[in-house]
Amino acid sequence: MSNVTKQHNDSLLRFMTCGSVDDGKSTLIGRLLFDTKTILADTLTQISNTSKKRGMEAVDLSLLTDGLQAEREQGITIDVAYRYFSTGTRKYIIADAPGHEQYTRNMVTAASTANLAIILIDARRGVLTQTRRHSYLAHLVGIQHIVVAVNKMDLVNYDQATYDKICADYLTFANEIGFAQARDIKFLPMSALAGDMLVDRLDNMPWYTGETLLEILESAPAAHTEGDEEFRFPVQFVCRPHASADADLHDFRGFMGRIESGNIAVGDAVTVLPNGYQSKVKAIQIGDEQLRSAQTEQSVTLLLEDEIDTSRGDMIVKTGSSIEPVKQIEAFVCWLSETPLSPARTYVIRHTTRESKAKVGTIAYKVDVNTLEEQATSDLKMNDIARITFKLAQPLMVDSYSANRATGAFIVIDESTNNTVGAGMIV
Amino acid sequence: MLNKEKTNHQPLSHLDWLESEAIYILREVAGQCSNPVLLFSGGKDSLCILRLAEKAFRPGRFPFPLMHIDTGHNYQEVIDFRDQRAAELGERLIVRSVEDSMKRGTVVLKSADESRNKHQSVTLLEAIEEFGFDCCIGGARRDEEKARAKERIMSFRDEFGQWDPKNQRPELWSLYNARSHKGENIRAFPISNWTEMDVWQYIEREKLQLPSIYFAHQRDVVMRSGSIVPVNVPLVNGEVTNPVKAGEEIINMQVRFRTVGDISCTAPVISDADTVSKIVLETATSTITERGATRLDDQTSDASMEQRKKEGYF
Repeated sequence: MSNVTKQHNDSLLRFMTCGSVDDGKSTLIGRLLFDTKTILADTLTQISNTSKKRGMEAVDLSLLTDGLQAEREQGITIDVAYRYFSTGTRKYIIADAPGHEQYTRNMVTAASTANLAIILIDARRGVLTQTRRHSYLAHLVGIQHIVVAVNKMDLVNYDQATYDKICADYLTFANEIGFAQARDIKFLPMSALAGDMLVDRLDNMPWYTGETLLEILESAPAAHTEGDEEFRFPVQFVCRPHASADADLHDFRGFMGRIESGNIAVGDAVTVLPNGYQSKVKAIQIGDEQLRSAQTEQSVTLLLEDEIDTSRGDMIVKTGSSIEPVKQIEAFVCWLSETPLSPARTYVIRHTTRESKAKVGTIAYKVDVNTLEEQATSDLKMNDIARITFKLAQPLMVDSYSANRATGAFIVIDESTNNTVGAGMIV
Repeated sequence: MLNKEKTNHQPLSHLDWLESEAIYILREVAGQCSNPVLLFSGGKDSLCILRLAEKAFRPGRFPFPLMHIDTGHNYQEVIDFRDQRAAELGERLIVRSVEDSMKRGTVVLKSADESRNKHQSVTLLEAIEEFGFDCCIGGARRDEEKARAKERIMSFRDEFGQWDPKNQRPELWSLYNARSHKGENIRAFPISNWTEMDVWQYIEREKLQLPSIYFAHQRDVVMRSGSIVPVNVPLVNGEVTNPVKAGEEIINMQVRFRTVGDISCTAPVISDADTVSKIVLETATSTITERGATRLDDQTSDASMEQRKKEGYF
């Protein structure tokens, strides 16, 4: 119980799980929720009744993540689900996405907000095509921390040699795609079914002395805590209460937004893009609270020394920062819509809080997510990933996705339906 | 007003992170939608959202009015609190009532004591049409119920207010797409990623005032199909709802409500938690989910929430 109050000051980690139902992914999540006491009695009764109805002897923890009626009828998972648990020292948000090939778009969606990915491997089957696909997608979407969880160790008699071979196979593949150097990769053996090496360490694998899954999660760095990022502040909303009864507020002009990266302090010299106006930070506020400085992920209101005409979609950066408005971008794009990309059409690109009309320039190639081969293509269908250039009607202030996940990302919108049809990561 | 000072060096705490995300979502609604509305019931989740809206938009006014869809079967304390809070904030409060829909004939109850909770959908859709709202901000959370676990932050509803789980927009990074055509509607959920515990911790941290029925109090109840059911509850209009049925024994019990909704479908729990910090402790040690313990309408079937959402329920 001492953890309850302590938790006020503890951080948050978003992670995703990659694997199919066959790898025990649902059991893994169910087990994490169960062993961290997140599952309460009435939910347990509900799934225990369902387990019995389906003729199972033990409670099937995978039922915990079994979402919608439509999916239950078809026995599949069709979308990303979000689950929550807390250990008392950290709050976790799990993005649970189905892992089959036709669900590449769901994996990309789940990965976009995750800082860590658990890649599940069935110990009996080793590194498979899908393992490569999951690893490539996690890599593409910029997840820094990878946990390769060799599951179902109970079905290979908790054999160390089997585990070692899978780890070696994975590293060989990871080196081939340049993944091992770029990412923090951890391995662990486990049995989600038996609950071994997730939260609890049982006696089955005395040869493994590394961290349990929960220990890995507890010590994983939170987003934005590694490396220096430049200050990026897309303006969301401009507050001008000039009609207020309070005369002091008639000249108030607050630029509201979230700091997507970096930090800012009162007195810092800033430039507002795309126009390039320069000023200094006069004040930083959250509601009625005054801050001397603010950091990444905080939603604040910035007041500047000078009266500058700024609106939603502009970006405030530190003066001298290496970012320029551009009217053409090159990106890896994952197509999300059942309607294929049409190079003849005009789309809308939303980047930070800014929008621009956009037309496809060239499609360099598409990537086979299983073999990672580059293939020439002239079209893009749902779940395809391709390297594309877009010509823009309005300038955007972009960074490369590898340098900044917030200012390197965009979505493509089809104006006729207003659907989100593509997800882009700027090269 | 502008008096506190603080410097930041640490990574954000989970509450600060959730707060910042919710402020960001509220501002996206304000930036993307032309005529949004904030649904406000007087319940704890919507009270958190009001605080978040203050942090998002002050010293300006909220860029949306508040609206309550009143079933007519709400606790007097909650309605009073609702009006008081809106007045303190100086923001416009719209109230539309299920009873008006009943008078128009658009809501027809199967029986007089039927829960009016699900009929709120009709009144809500009528109000959306009346005012031309293109976005409704609500306090739903993904941890409440499993049909909500896949809900978007910006959830798309068609002209009939229907939620089609297979036709939702993919939501990547923080790039929310709240575009809609005329007649269509977005439901925005700024506290999607909060749990019941986060809500209580936030209430505690921000020292938010709550309607008194959230705290332990004495109340006449009966046990009905394993649930605690408040009986003989006086309504705002002077009537009394939830009469005792034959053979039931009235017990005066110390209880509190974990959720606040229509009287006919919201059950209290036994509790002696009379302060927010005691409720935080109680929540941490609870063995029953929020809705499991208290929402009689969700227990009908495994898929009941999903069904109601498809019909336009929040």
